[in-house]
Amino acid sequence: MSDILDIWSYLAEGQLLWLSATIIAYLIGDWFFRLSGAKPWVNPVLISMVLLSTLLTVTDTSYRTYFEGAQFIHFILGPATVALAVPLWQNWQKVKSAAVPLIAALFVGSMVAMGSAVAIGAAMGLRGDVLLSLVPKSATSPVAIGVSEAIGGLPTLTVALVLITGVIGAVVTTPLNNMLGIRDYRGRGFATGVAAHGIGTARAFQVHGTAGAFAGIGMVLNAILTAIAAPIFVQLFF
Amino acid sequence: MIIHLAMFLGFQLLGEVIARVFMLQLPGPVIGMVLLAALLLARPSLGEKIKDTASHVLSYLSLLYVPAGVGIVQYIDQVSEIGFPLAVALVGSTILAIGAGSLTYKHVNRLLGEADETPL
Repeated sequence: MSDILDIWSYLAEGQLLWLSATIIAYLIGDWFFRLSGAKPWVNPVLISMVLLSTLLTVTDTSYRTYFEGAQFIHFILGPATVALAVPLWQNWQKVKSAAVPLIAALFVGSMVAMGSAVAIGAAMGLRGDVLLSLVPKSATSPVAIGVSEAIGGLPTLTVALVLITGVIGAVVTTPLNNMLGIRDYRGRGFATGVAAHGIGTARAFQVHGTAGAFAGIGMVLNAILTAIAAPIFVQLFF
Repeated sequence: MIIHLAMFLGFQLLGEVIARVFMLQLPGPVIGMVLLAALLLARPSLGEKIKDTASHVLSYLSLLYVPAGVGIVQYIDQVSEIGFPLAVALVGSTILAIGAGSLTYKHVNRLLGEADETPL
C-alpha cells in the first residue's frame, strides 16, 4: 500500500500525470457530447473542467501543480489563435460583400456585450478585478486572457466567464433570433459569433452552414475589436 | 505539417515582438493572426497549403481552453459570494448582445436596400 502512495506522490508532483489527466478528461467530455447527439448544453470543456476541478479538490492538489503539467496544452492557444487567420481568409469575399451591415453589427454587438455585462455586474454589487474580468467575456479565450491581464482582471476567472458566455449564447441564440424575427442566417450567425465566440460558432454550424461561416467571422473580428476596444472602454468607465 | 506549425509560431513570435516594440495592448497571437491573414490575401497559394493544418489545430480549440478553465478551482470559495451576480450579468449581457447584433445587421442591411438571404 505504501508503494502505491509513493508512486502517487511521485506522479502527483510531476507534469505527466496532469497533462494526461487533462487530455483524458477532455476525451470523456467529448464522449458525453457525442453521446448526447451534440446538444449545446453538453459542453466538453465544461465537463472536463468539472472533472479536473473535482479531481484537484479531492486529491488536495494545487492549481499551480496542475498547471505545471497542463501548460503544454495551454501553450498551443497562441499558435491556434494565429491559425484563425485561415477561416478569415477563406471567407474574405463573403465578408467584403456584406461589409457595412457586418461592421455595424460588430460594433453594436461588441459594445452591448461589454457595456451591459459591466452595467449589470455593477448593479448586482460586483467591484474591482471581478468586474473587470467581465469586460472581455465575449471574446475567444486566448484573446480574453490577454485582455483580462492587460486591464487588471483575473485571467483564470475570465476564462470561466468566457466559457459560460459561450454556452449561454449557444443555448439562447436560436429561440432569441426566432423571437426577434431575424431570418437572415448571415446576421443570426454573425451576432452569435460576436457575442459567444467559438462555442456559439459551433452551435451556428449545427443550424446552417452560412450561419456557421459568419459566426466564425464574427468571432475573429470581435477578438480583434475586444483587444483594441476593451482597454479604451476601461479607461473611459473605470 | 510541422513547417505549418512553425509558421503559426513564427507569426505569434512576430506579433509578440511588434506588441513589445510598439507597446501595443494587443496579445501577440492576435497581431500574428492579422499579419498572417494579410499575407494569405496577398498570397492565396500559401493559404491552400496551410488550410488543412489550420483546420486540424482549430478542431481541438476547445481542448486548449481546459487548462486555463480549470483555474476556476481557485475561485470555488468565492462562488457563493460572486456566482449569482456573475451569472445574472452573463445571461443578461449575452442575450442583449446577440439580440442587438442581429437586429443591427438586419436593419442596416435593409437600409442599404439589400434583401435578406436564406430565409427560414
